[in-house]
Amino acid sequence: MSILNSNIPEGPISQKWSNHKAKIKVVSPANKRKLEIIVIGTGLAGASAAASLSELGYNVKAFCYQDSPRRAHSIAAQGGINAAKNYQNDNDSVYRLFYDTVKGGDYRSREANVHRLAEVSPNIIDQCVAQGVPFAREYGGLLSNRSFGGVLVSRTFYARGQTGQQLLLGAYSALNRQIGAGGVKMYTRHEMLDLVTIDGKARGIIARDMVTGEIKRFGAHAVVIASGGYGNVFFLSTNAMGCNASASWVCYKKGAFFANPCFVQIHPTCIPVHGSQQSKLTLMSESLRNDGRVWTPRKLEDAEKLRKGIIGPNDIADADRDFYLERRYPSYGNLVPRDVASRAAKERCDAGFGVNSEGKAVYLDFKYSIERLGRSTIEKRYGNLFQMYEKITDHDPYKEPMQIYPAIHYTMGGTWVDYNLMTTIPGLYAIGEANFSDHGANRLGASALMQGLADGYFVLPYTIGDYLAGEIMVPKIDTNLPEFIEAEKGVTTKLEKLFNIKGKTPVDHFHKKLGHIMWEYVGMARNAEGLTKAIKEIQELRVEFYKDLLVPGEMKNVNPELEKAGRVADFIELGELLARDALNRNESCGGHFRVESCTEDGEAKRDDENFAYVAAWEFKGVDSVPVLHKEDLVFETIHLTQRSYK
Amino acid sequence: MADKILNKIYVKVWRQNSPKAKGRFETYTVENISQGTSFLEMIDILNDQLILGGKDPIAFDHDCREGICGMCSLYINGHAHGPDTMVTTCQLHMRRFNEGQTITVEPWRVGAFPVIKDVMVDRTAFEKIQQAGGFVSVNTGGVPDGNTIPIFQDDAEEAMDAAACIGCGACAATCKNSSAMLFVAAKVSQFAKLPQGQVEAKRRAKAMVAKMDELGFGGCTNTGACELACPKSISIAHIARLNREYLVAKLSD
Repeated sequence: MSILNSNIPEGPISQKWSNHKAKIKVVSPANKRKLEIIVIGTGLAGASAAASLSELGYNVKAFCYQDSPRRAHSIAAQGGINAAKNYQNDNDSVYRLFYDTVKGGDYRSREANVHRLAEVSPNIIDQCVAQGVPFAREYGGLLSNRSFGGVLVSRTFYARGQTGQQLLLGAYSALNRQIGAGGVKMYTRHEMLDLVTIDGKARGIIARDMVTGEIKRFGAHAVVIASGGYGNVFFLSTNAMGCNASASWVCYKKGAFFANPCFVQIHPTCIPVHGSQQSKLTLMSESLRNDGRVWTPRKLEDAEKLRKGIIGPNDIADADRDFYLERRYPSYGNLVPRDVASRAAKERCDAGFGVNSEGKAVYLDFKYSIERLGRSTIEKRYGNLFQMYEKITDHDPYKEPMQIYPAIHYTMGGTWVDYNLMTTIPGLYAIGEANFSDHGANRLGASALMQGLADGYFVLPYTIGDYLAGEIMVPKIDTNLPEFIEAEKGVTTKLEKLFNIKGKTPVDHFHKKLGHIMWEYVGMARNAEGLTKAIKEIQELRVEFYKDLLVPGEMKNVNPELEKAGRVADFIELGELLARDALNRNESCGGHFRVESCTEDGEAKRDDENFAYVAAWEFKGVDSVPVLHKEDLVFETIHLTQRSYK
Repeated sequence: MADKILNKIYVKVWRQNSPKAKGRFETYTVENISQGTSFLEMIDILNDQLILGGKDPIAFDHDCREGICGMCSLYINGHAHGPDTMVTTCQLHMRRFNEGQTITVEPWRVGAFPVIKDVMVDRTAFEKIQQAGGFVSVNTGGVPDGNTIPIFQDDAEEAMDAAACIGCGACAATCKNSSAMLFVAAKVSQFAKLPQGQVEAKRRAKAMVAKMDELGFGGCTNTGACELACPKSISIAHIARLNREYLVAKLSD
């Protein structure tokens, strides 16, 4: 028996959430006023949770490392948000969204959580419209939809190519209203550096004020981690520069299990890497695959000439273009899920058909849709993305195809949570990308926004009451308790240790090295030998890091190098766990591709008999091997089959 | 796609150790920069050089590096977000600069945005303006179906044009009066074009303008400089709409 209790409610899948809500406890308004909740991160999940909890009457303290909650990286999501509204009359339903998500996640997500996500999805759209989010509309004034990868219906709501921005600004406005009203105390430019537990329960955090360098203690009756994913462990990713896993990681080290870290999403359509000085990668929205066709040359000699710059893409006749997604997956074509599209691009480039000087790019071509729909329609749909592409690459995508290549984008794995979104530490919750539960081994496009807002607006505000109802007699948490003093001392010691190494190498060099190891051995194709090597190299990197790190500046001042050093120290440890998890999971599923486990035609091959479980890791010390706990995935509703998009 | 290399450029940058400290310009030489490098990657390279040389790196705000979070700022050669149009500093590339050029980098110079360190400023004033009224007062739950109220497509599009504001502060930094009118107008105008925003329209316009004035931003004299500097090209037509909203609100007092 596993020690993990997922608390999945009884009953048929469509009634689990209703049954659960009927049974869980509720806190009275008078008691809510006495309770405090800390929310870490102000992206879609964090901002929506902080605002909603404050509206309910709780006292909320919200934290972000940016200078404004509006800047969390949810802001950069482009394409859209899914919801089972069936406004298009195309036979969409809660069940279909649920089914698509479980299938898209390659049957490695928890059914009950996914069904709840699909159930609350329509409410999200209503909420956002009421907040004044300017979604795209049809001439008749009703909401417009587009299609996204891995589905056969149009259920994606969008605001040009800036959907994440608009949804976040909606949540931010709700948050601002609560800050103005005094229900939320907002701490910007603050970074959580430790979790404080008292008698096994989450009771507060230690944070560094990134302006003064002061280490501060904050107490609460519950702590919510909404600080996003860990994609930056690869150094180059589509994440923002500051995105980090440290809040989740300190919770892991305090006893919160970390689940499925090897499930990382590699997004197929990003602007290819350019030179060695690049600091981050830029995503080109999946929505572009609605109207763009992906291709490489059919002939090797054409690819060769493209790489040398002798010919351009427009010199290649249609007959000599290999629309490989349409060829391999006729029913989904260019709209196959991300993991499938990424691997197909890698396959073409590995076979010598890559089109940029490094041989690591394929084309995404709008010529055909411009011919079909006219330039103005394409401009209206994707204008900002085309402009962004042109500014970065100096090439005009209206005139020649975009060059794209897969890049690290999103992490499906994260802190383990039960059905209530509570971690293995009582009173500690994880929501949004920071948790693991809804996307399995691969996330469908436009579902991250949906999950972040579902958790923050409609799930956590209900489930957190069940725990807090038992805490109403607990007075305001005293931050002078020995547990707080000790945790603060631990943080100071850790920072001083990094600061006092006084080696020769700035932190970015270590981060890049880590990124190279991760991309080389723990990237799009993984095998036992490479993963073993990665673990060893990461361990060596950790030793080198603590010997040779150079952190300039002052402890008690703005010091981005010190901030980065702390984050990279955590990333090095997390990278090792990620490789370990990938090594343990000797099957291919979703974004996790083990070379040892594939079908004859090169598709990912799952092993349901041995791996239909969530791998939840328990920390046992930095130099010790973590303990694996398995939560068996029980599929009561959906029958497991080999995923096919052909 | 081969980009040219800039053998040598000079970066003249504002250094200030803390809000109260006296600032000064320092000039650094940076060599061997590909024109395909982004401006902030060039600063990364310069910072690496400074750290290895035992100096304090330049503190600057940045995050998404794809022009949407609004965290990056910088006044570059006399232009907010640099000499290119419709981009943020993080989207600016070195192909906009020439061999041997001196690039002057300053923080936003706005009284309401005090310098924190070097070219990093405190934009909390913008937060306070939003907290004063930049929202529709609806709680989570209990709202009507999203399609209950049809909205003219043109209105939705215009609201979106305004809502594209990223809150970077380039408008105020560019304005000779340090006015935040374009920033305030973007939010007021977004809601003015949507039925959801009507209920609180008067209160919103008054509260946001009052907060802006209270925080020490200057008045608008319609020079239009903000629109040119705005990386999202937000039109000053929204300022006209804000003025109308404000006037209507005041007249009905």
